Amino acid sequence: MVSFILRRLFVAFCVCVTVSAISFALMFLSGDPAIAIAGAGGRAQDAEAIRIAYGFDRPLLIQYLDWVGNALTGDFGQSIYFNIPVTEIIGNRFGVTLKLGVMSFLLALVVAVPLGVAAALRPNGWIDRAALVLAVTGQAIPSFWLGLMAIVVFGVWYGWVPISGAETWQGYILPVIVLSYYAMPAMMRITRSGMIDVLATDYIRAARAKGLPMTTVIYRHALRNAVLPLVSLAAVQLGLLLSGSIVIESVFALNGLGRLAWESLLRSDLPVVQAIILILSLLYVALTTCADILNAILDPRLRGAA
Amino acid sequence: MSDISAETRPATVWQKSLRNSGVMIGGSILLLIVLVAVFAPLLAPHDPVAQDLTRRLLPPFWHDRSVPEHLLGTDHLGRDYLSRMIYGARISLGVGLGVTLVSGVIGVTLGLLAGYFGGWVDMVISFAITTRLSLPIVLVALAAVALGGASLTTLITVLGLLLWDRFAVVARAATQSLRHQEFIHGLRAIGASRARILFLEILPNMQSMILVVVTLEVANVILLEAALSFLGLGVRPPTPSWGLMISEGRDNILFDPWLIALPGSALCLLVLAVNLFGDGMRDITGPARR
Repeated sequence: MVSFILRRLFVAFCVCVTVSAISFALMFLSGDPAIAIAGAGGRAQDAEAIRIAYGFDRPLLIQYLDWVGNALTGDFGQSIYFNIPVTEIIGNRFGVTLKLGVMSFLLALVVAVPLGVAAALRPNGWIDRAALVLAVTGQAIPSFWLGLMAIVVFGVWYGWVPISGAETWQGYILPVIVLSYYAMPAMMRITRSGMIDVLATDYIRAARAKGLPMTTVIYRHALRNAVLPLVSLAAVQLGLLLSGSIVIESVFALNGLGRLAWESLLRSDLPVVQAIILILSLLYVALTTCADILNAILDPRLRGAA
Repeated sequence: MSDISAETRPATVWQKSLRNSGVMIGGSILLLIVLVAVFAPLLAPHDPVAQDLTRRLLPPFWHDRSVPEHLLGTDHLGRDYLSRMIYGARISLGVGLGVTLVSGVIGVTLGLLAGYFGGWVDMVISFAITTRLSLPIVLVALAAVALGGASLTTLITVLGLLLWDRFAVVARAATQSLRHQEFIHGLRAIGASRARILFLEILPNMQSMILVVVTLEVANVILLEAALSFLGLGVRPPTPSWGLMISEGRDNILFDPWLIALPGSALCLLVLAVNLFGDGMRDITGPARR
């Protein structure tokens, strides 16, 4: 068990190093970052001054180590646009993304798991079919378009919810529903297939034969085993919800991390973009690593793998 | 295996396709959209980028104020919406296929190598897959397109370099199971080269699985292109892309919601068609489902 956790943590560490290198390298994708900061009208000596001020004249490896070292202490440098520490800007925006992501995640879980169980109890029944149709159409609808149409219908025509912003809690209703809709199909399907597999096992038949009521069998015996694959999927989905809210945030004008990244890209504020990419990646790595370890605790058979 | 009479011979893929409603419906819609895209210059009534500021925001035909020469109305710059919709199909399909080609070649090659050689090759490639999955894809794509300069080629390259993971995962698993089959052992015994085994023997044996991933990825890429264009960092104006049209129509959604409803519906229809087709193909070609 310990060796499994250590191995898993080592892989996670390597992924973190690679991801940080990629976020760092993005800065140099546009060529010389000093010229990018100086802007189109910048003179050569401006670029030179920026190069020295930002330390772009040093070897790349030194710059990278410097950046990572500072990032580890929570210092992501200065925002070029706002001229205040990146950490401060991100701190102000992270709450919105976290609220949006976690609420969408919980909503998806609350809807998808019971639906998955219901679908598994009667495969090809009407709940199963309806859920399948919802999932197939959902995959085809662009999230930003669904968001806009929801704004038109529920914000403009009916006036039930505010059209944009998250000053009040009502502002979260539409974005949370739209975002969670995209996390539901996968969760539902994995609950369904896990449940179908478990219901076919001997120990469930034994429990039924013992005369236990169906609800007890489903919720005490079957669901516990059926949700094992859901743990890993849930971690992936939460990570995707947090990093995937960029489109939804800009549709609903929510001042979260995704929108900040987008705005920063448009104004070439690269330190902010780098920091957000790194933070979201690390969050994802942390979530999936935790899920793997949790799974190994729950199901000893998995410990040999990976 | 020698004496298979005509009655018991399994139905060909083509025969099965005719019986599968998903393949037929999805395939028909897809074919229609492909034809529209290919023959766009013949079908479009107007130049998709020609502006006419005297005829801005004309509504589509079901409105009273509509005019017959602009069936689907005009946008905020007076460009014919029907023509833009027709040319938009080219962008969606072109980017979808282009990106899938790039990512497919990368992903399948990596998957083949990882699955066949195993050991440290597999470790490195699996690690690359894990790393790629931990990157926030929309954000990295946005950043790379923004920094790499905006053009269709950049867009296709960037997305192609980012979206190979599913191909790699599927090809790796398929290769791992094929590697231990008798005919591969036999080929090795007669001295077939590794390249020959990988690309001429293993690759053709997993084409149906790859085909399913292709459809999944094309749908995924079409949605991603639309999202990037919507955020202003994908296809650049005045090129008509459905995602970009939704973004341009956004300012007028209060009074002219059809500006976003039309391209959005087109996107849904195309992606739905690709998905139906892909799901159907999986049912036909894949092993019997549980």
